[in-house]
Amino acid sequence: MASTEWFQADRYRAKEGLGVWEHKGKAAIAGLGNSPTTRRWDGDLSTSLGAWTMLAAQRALDDAGITKDEIDGVISCPQGMGDEWGAERGYFPAPYDSEDGLSGVSAHWLVKNMGLENVKTTYHAPGCMSTALVAGAEVVGSGEAKTILVVRGTGNMPGRYHQTPGDTVGGPQQWTNPWGWQLIPQIAFGFDQYCRKYGSNHDRMAPFILNQRRNGSMFPEGFYYQNRPDDLNLTVDDYLASRWICKPMNMNDCDLPIQTAGAFLITTGERARQMKKKPVYILNHVQQRGVVRSSVETLAETEEFSTSIANKCFEGSGLTAAEVDVFNPYDGFTLFTQSFLEGFGWHGVKHGEAHDFYGDDIRVEGSHPFSSSGGNNGNGRTRWWGFYDSVQQLRGEAGDRQVQVKAETAIAGAFTPQVSDWLVLGTSPD
Amino acid sequence: MPKMSPVPDDVSKGFWDACNEGRLVVQSCNSCSWLQHPPRPECYSCGSADMGWREMNGRGKIHGYCVMHDSRIRALQEHQPFIIAVIELEDAPEIKMFSHLPGTPVDDNVPVGDAVAVWFEETKGSDQKVAEWKVIG
Repeated sequence: MASTEWFQADRYRAKEGLGVWEHKGKAAIAGLGNSPTTRRWDGDLSTSLGAWTMLAAQRALDDAGITKDEIDGVISCPQGMGDEWGAERGYFPAPYDSEDGLSGVSAHWLVKNMGLENVKTTYHAPGCMSTALVAGAEVVGSGEAKTILVVRGTGNMPGRYHQTPGDTVGGPQQWTNPWGWQLIPQIAFGFDQYCRKYGSNHDRMAPFILNQRRNGSMFPEGFYYQNRPDDLNLTVDDYLASRWICKPMNMNDCDLPIQTAGAFLITTGERARQMKKKPVYILNHVQQRGVVRSSVETLAETEEFSTSIANKCFEGSGLTAAEVDVFNPYDGFTLFTQSFLEGFGWHGVKHGEAHDFYGDDIRVEGSHPFSSSGGNNGNGRTRWWGFYDSVQQLRGEAGDRQVQVKAETAIAGAFTPQVSDWLVLGTSPD
Repeated sequence: MPKMSPVPDDVSKGFWDACNEGRLVVQSCNSCSWLQHPPRPECYSCGSADMGWREMNGRGKIHGYCVMHDSRIRALQEHQPFIIAVIELEDAPEIKMFSHLPGTPVDDNVPVGDAVAVWFEETKGSDQKVAEWKVIG
């Protein structure tokens, strides 16, 4: 197996009006696996993304109680979110003789090096574990494959992240880089627009941030739990005093780049019922790729995108907002999470009300256990903690994080209101 | 503030050439009159590839802003913190451009909603000028 195709664009559920997903409840998540976490890769091949993706995949197999012989498909998001290792630093003996396995892990790399001899279907999905998960839902739901691994290794190399050198710029960045406009300014600007429209301010984010860290303190797979537990004791004063990255976004609104790998095992509902863990059925998958009118995403566009995501999640699953028990929208930059909360209207939250909601009881023990995973903010940058936690919550295996409200349905997604992919999950296939 | 120099391509050349001539233009569809910025090979509204340029009056207002303290853009890092404002064009409010608002204090009181006027600033890496904006009250 030499290469892998991108998952076909027309198989993502990206439009409103598609009705209930034709494969609703036919696929289920039956295994979870995560490698250890570390802040940066130190060049030790035993903690490379390749090695850790194989470890995560094996853990997902063990969680489901099956062997690798049963795997007939692999879907990977093949590039991590960090910078490349780079040939100038020198590669290693095979299978670490290229970027594949170091700064990202392709599906065929995993198949070859894990010895997955019965795999007939592989795909790549761009940008996010969430994209690979929705592709996996469709692959199994449609019957193209029966039991698959969905994986991503995402790493963090030595040095500063994504620096942009040079005095000239072409391509799409010719319109943005001269002014320093990139994703972070977009989100900071969007948050400022939100606060101006609804009369809020950055200080009102503190209860949400602290709760994300608190949830991270109960997530043994997470980076902070494993490596920096003191950072989970963040106080309001700490949060408000942290340095500005792009005002009104401060350092603690940003997730911490880490090195880790995750794996989800998806199989048919029928087969899942025979495996070790309680099946978590996939009731719908959704993609959002919003198009902005001009150089920036306006607040009106952000709200339009989030509403569309919610409409698609509800339409394809048949659920209503009131029927969503566990809600894990993305928080990699915390300053856009309120848009998801309001777009979905979870627990009745309307536009402009998210920061009031953050000040209510959003603890996992409480009646509004928002973002029970703790997200990237509480666990380090992966973009999959929300999916991981949702499965654990629906299994009743979230440990100290287990919500005390009913946990029969869940929605999780990443990444932004403009560009994201979502799963609707349930303990029942119906 | 010295900026990276845009490198024009076939689609963007008309915009950047106009900047060098002291004119602000926005790409316009010759079939349906749709305005779009940044420019694209085709009209986003009707799909036509027959695209031209419409000159703007050079006035706008501050739609919003943020203040960058830790940019990835190395060319700008020595000037931190700096304002990145979003400018809404008077002739076409749906079109947005960026500005560092030279002359405006970098604090929490950037005058959102105030009027701005375009000027054309030299850049760091070439002779290419870019559209910049100053508050006029």
